[in-house]
Amino acid sequence: MQKKKFNILETTCVPLPLENVDTDQIIPARFLNATSREGFSENLFRDWRYNDSGSANEGFVLNDPRYKGEVLVAGRNFGCGSSREHAVWAVSDYGFRAVVSSFFADIFRSNALNNGLLPVIVPEDYLNNLLRIVTDDPGTRVRIDLEKQLFSVLPDGEPVKFDIDPYRKECIMKGLDDVDYLLSIRDIIKAFELRNALKYENRDNGHHPEGW
Amino acid sequence: MTPKTLFDKIWDSHVVRSIQGGSDVLYIDRHYIHEVTSPQAFEGLRQRGVSVFRPRKTVATADHNIPTTNQDQPIKDELSHLQVEKLEENCRESGIEYFGLNDPNNGIVHVIGPELGYTLPGMTIVCGDSHTSTHGAFGTIAFGIGTSEVEMVLASQCIVQSKPKKMRITINGKLQKGVSAKDMILYIISQISSGGATGYFVEYAGSAIESLNMEERMTVCNMSIEMGARGGLIAVDLTTYEYLNRIPAVSNRHDFKSLLLKWRALKSDEGAIFDHELQFDAGGIKPMITYGTNPGMGMAVDDTIPHSESASYIKSLDYMGFRPGMSLKGHPVDYVFLGSCTNGRIEDLRAFASLVKGRQKAPGITALIVPGSKKVEQQAVEEGLDTILGEAGFELRQPGCSSCLAMNEDKIPAGKYAVSTSNRNFEGRQGPGSRTLLASPLTAAAAAVTGVITDPRDLLNE
Repeated sequence: MQKKKFNILETTCVPLPLENVDTDQIIPARFLNATSREGFSENLFRDWRYNDSGSANEGFVLNDPRYKGEVLVAGRNFGCGSSREHAVWAVSDYGFRAVVSSFFADIFRSNALNNGLLPVIVPEDYLNNLLRIVTDDPGTRVRIDLEKQLFSVLPDGEPVKFDIDPYRKECIMKGLDDVDYLLSIRDIIKAFELRNALKYENRDNGHHPEGW
Repeated sequence: MTPKTLFDKIWDSHVVRSIQGGSDVLYIDRHYIHEVTSPQAFEGLRQRGVSVFRPRKTVATADHNIPTTNQDQPIKDELSHLQVEKLEENCRESGIEYFGLNDPNNGIVHVIGPELGYTLPGMTIVCGDSHTSTHGAFGTIAFGIGTSEVEMVLASQCIVQSKPKKMRITINGKLQKGVSAKDMILYIISQISSGGATGYFVEYAGSAIESLNMEERMTVCNMSIEMGARGGLIAVDLTTYEYLNRIPAVSNRHDFKSLLLKWRALKSDEGAIFDHELQFDAGGIKPMITYGTNPGMGMAVDDTIPHSESASYIKSLDYMGFRPGMSLKGHPVDYVFLGSCTNGRIEDLRAFASLVKGRQKAPGITALIVPGSKKVEQQAVEEGLDTILGEAGFELRQPGCSSCLAMNEDKIPAGKYAVSTSNRNFEGRQGPGSRTLLASPLTAAAAAVTGVITDPRDLLNE
């Protein structure tokens, strides 16, 4: 299925200078009982965004009208904890197209890439500086050039290079999907199964061999 | 031949093909699904007009959102009810084996997989749940995936993954009395932090690991994700064989003997190179408790809360109502939760029961004692653990994930302190505003009978 393509993004940012933001904060478990992918933005950062009474917590950055934009800048180890992809759906659904941090939890990062949400990994010092700049001047614009793998603060900040797996980069730039790719190689997968079946003569549990 | 790590042996034998740039198409032997992270994956397949490729390699259970009382009645929460119904329907349509609420094999996905013999050494195992790392105790590569990846596995029995780096954590020595596998893993996480193993797959080794039984090994591997590791695994040995030999579905297999021979190679070769190595001494580990809002914020139960200037750290202690330098021993507790895929197995119920036996639940404590599966519940009853618990003022509930993530009604109220045997102490994890202190079943039992945070060794020595 064709997904939204990503190449160059220029936008303002929303700063979240907290470390170890876990997926339970991004989307609490009590909002996971949906059977579709839509509508999770309402509960993004639910317990930080709203008071117990349901009113908006004005101290939280998403409720601060000064901060808007398509990039979320967050402290290290963003997205740790549960594997719930709902966290990525909530961040994306809210309108973010990229998250910048010094490192991401592994599962969050792959979930993000599978949904066209770009995780941008920058050095720790750079991140702390960026968080300061963006917090102090909400009008700060940044540029993400995925093709060149460069992140910079506009207009004249020194660009910083970020890493991304080449296969993932291609997928996200072209809006491609792993499922389509895997479906296209089903014959190769069948051949793999057959090779292993012959190797281990092990066919009794399921259609095909299992295990090492 | 170059010596290989256990991880590499399993990974390399499951690579269907490598993609330019470093990712591999990895074949998955066992896929577990549950009601919360699978509906959107089935919906995706439907939109593509594709059916499930290898339905018999997927096994389903309802565990995350279900109530832990009156399971014979329909689920009251409408959305949860719908989710479970959807799972049942998806499984029926796709020919996937499903263990629903009233099935004697139902339970938490990471508890039933091993106990029913679906988890076997050398397998690649995935599930839309980060604690899938539990199955690594059997010498498997097991890790949590997102819903998009669940869809990939349903569609092709494969996922596209880049190979993680390898870390070996060696723990030698002997655990002291009153110190458990849970304390061991909480200690390791406290030493390397909640992000300390990000990008790695961990192999646990050393004499302290070898002396653990399978339930304890599962507890250790289960929490690998809490230090950021994608998963953790342990070499296959006699303890593994003995456990599998007790499972009829495994030991009755006609090829069981040949499997045993094959599994003997499931250990890292001597001289195999890891990207990172860490060593710990088991003898120095004390009963642990967490004081903050990530599992890395843990300390010995008789220690004091460390100092730090970090804004996140201060925010975390504020949430917990604690301050640096404070001792937690004697601090009042409101709730005790025994259960989850970390500590919801029979060994955990036995440990809890052994300490509360002959004592009484403290006034003011609300206890949620939740077996990890129907089979665990049944065994607890057979062993008379329910009677011991009952005499001490506790009640055995029905299986499920329960208060570990509080998707059902087993929520800890705002501001209340819960000593919990689960795996996460994140803000609001056990209910909005709840304050979680992670600990072992023994430490949970000690809190349950004293009403305050207590070093279980003090009670064991009485």
